Amino acid sequence: MLSFFVDPLKYLVDLPTVLIDHATDSVSSYSALKTENEKLREEQLIDQTRLLKFAALEKENIRLRALLENSFKLGEQVLVAELLSINMAPYEHIVVVNKGTRFGVHPQQPVLDANGVVGQVFRALPFTSEIMLITDPNHAIPVQVNRNGLLTIAVGSGQLNRLVLPFLPSNADIRPGDLLITSGLGGTFPQGYPVAVVDEFTSQPNKAFATITATPKALLDRNRELMIVWSNPASVPLISKPTVNEAETKTDAVR
Amino acid sequence: MQLDNYVGFFRIILTLVLAMCLRIAPWPVEIAVYNPDWVLLVLVYWSLALPERVGIFHAWTFGLLTDVMTGRLLGQYALAYSLIIYLCLKLHKRLRQFPVLQQGMFVFCCLLLSQLLLFFIKNLQHPAQLHASFWLPVITGTLCWPLVYGLLRVVRLSRYL
Repeated sequence: MLSFFVDPLKYLVDLPTVLIDHATDSVSSYSALKTENEKLREEQLIDQTRLLKFAALEKENIRLRALLENSFKLGEQVLVAELLSINMAPYEHIVVVNKGTRFGVHPQQPVLDANGVVGQVFRALPFTSEIMLITDPNHAIPVQVNRNGLLTIAVGSGQLNRLVLPFLPSNADIRPGDLLITSGLGGTFPQGYPVAVVDEFTSQPNKAFATITATPKALLDRNRELMIVWSNPASVPLISKPTVNEAETKTDAVR
Repeated sequence: MQLDNYVGFFRIILTLVLAMCLRIAPWPVEIAVYNPDWVLLVLVYWSLALPERVGIFHAWTFGLLTDVMTGRLLGQYALAYSLIIYLCLKLHKRLRQFPVLQQGMFVFCCLLLSQLLLFFIKNLQHPAQLHASFWLPVITGTLCWPLVYGLLRVVRLSRYL
């Protein structure tokens, strides 16, 4: 209730940044805009071709899972939210975005950007919501090594460019350069989104656990647009053929 | 003089709202750790200068709004601010005689007490481990006191108040 009084303040503090953004947009030259437009068009073409392939792969995955009598989770819905440039507490990695419960945002929703997982919704107010980044010292995210499926937990370090993996033994099969993806355990984050890349692995012979650090894939300190994700919690059982077709039409509908 | 009263009231509220804006202003990370508790500084000034206008009720209300704004445990700032403004009201007659620097010593104690209370409440929730920089705003707040004092004095002594 009280946030009705306080939320306008957040927008007020954000206003100078928005104005500067608008100003730079409106004074950027025609040629610069044109080159940017061309670049974006090219990128879109590439992404679309990739998506075509992805759709085919997804259908194939559904069919294969049907053969294994496994269940398949439907696609996710996203909402694009913009960061408000305000600073809540300097010791915590919590950012504020301009979408709140008015848009159906609720706590514990995963938040992504174009490159990977950013964090989760920590508190949802009517007009704004707070997002805890994966690098917050109080945040932990269940991950899996993409190469071999090794499960572990990545804990925030308090630095914007670093995650720590404190629970792996010294002889774990993990190398610098390994991609960590969300494992889907814990139920908050949907499975399969990139989280971080392992950049250092130091095994200490006298200790039970290795010291492993990773760099987040998402551009935590540079992106202004974030995506809040609704993952469909009910998975569709794919046991018989008719259900497969139904699930396929459903995924189409979602997309 | 009813109108003057309202104008004065809104001026006080406006300074407090500005202080709240400063509290969440987007400083770079290196500067953000030094960001002092502006709301408390402004509250302390008004409670010393106009104790009949600004009291524990203002402190409690703006403490609660700060709680809502920063999303911490509801009521922790409300408690800390009310307690400190109570102290200020008790001592305001003596404190007003002091020069700014001596008042600065008192403000330092106020800020330290509020930060201690917040740390204590944080520790009750779950054992907190804090960076040493948690205490930096106390020092920068004290250094900002002459500035706050000067600016708000101008606001107070200008017409209508």
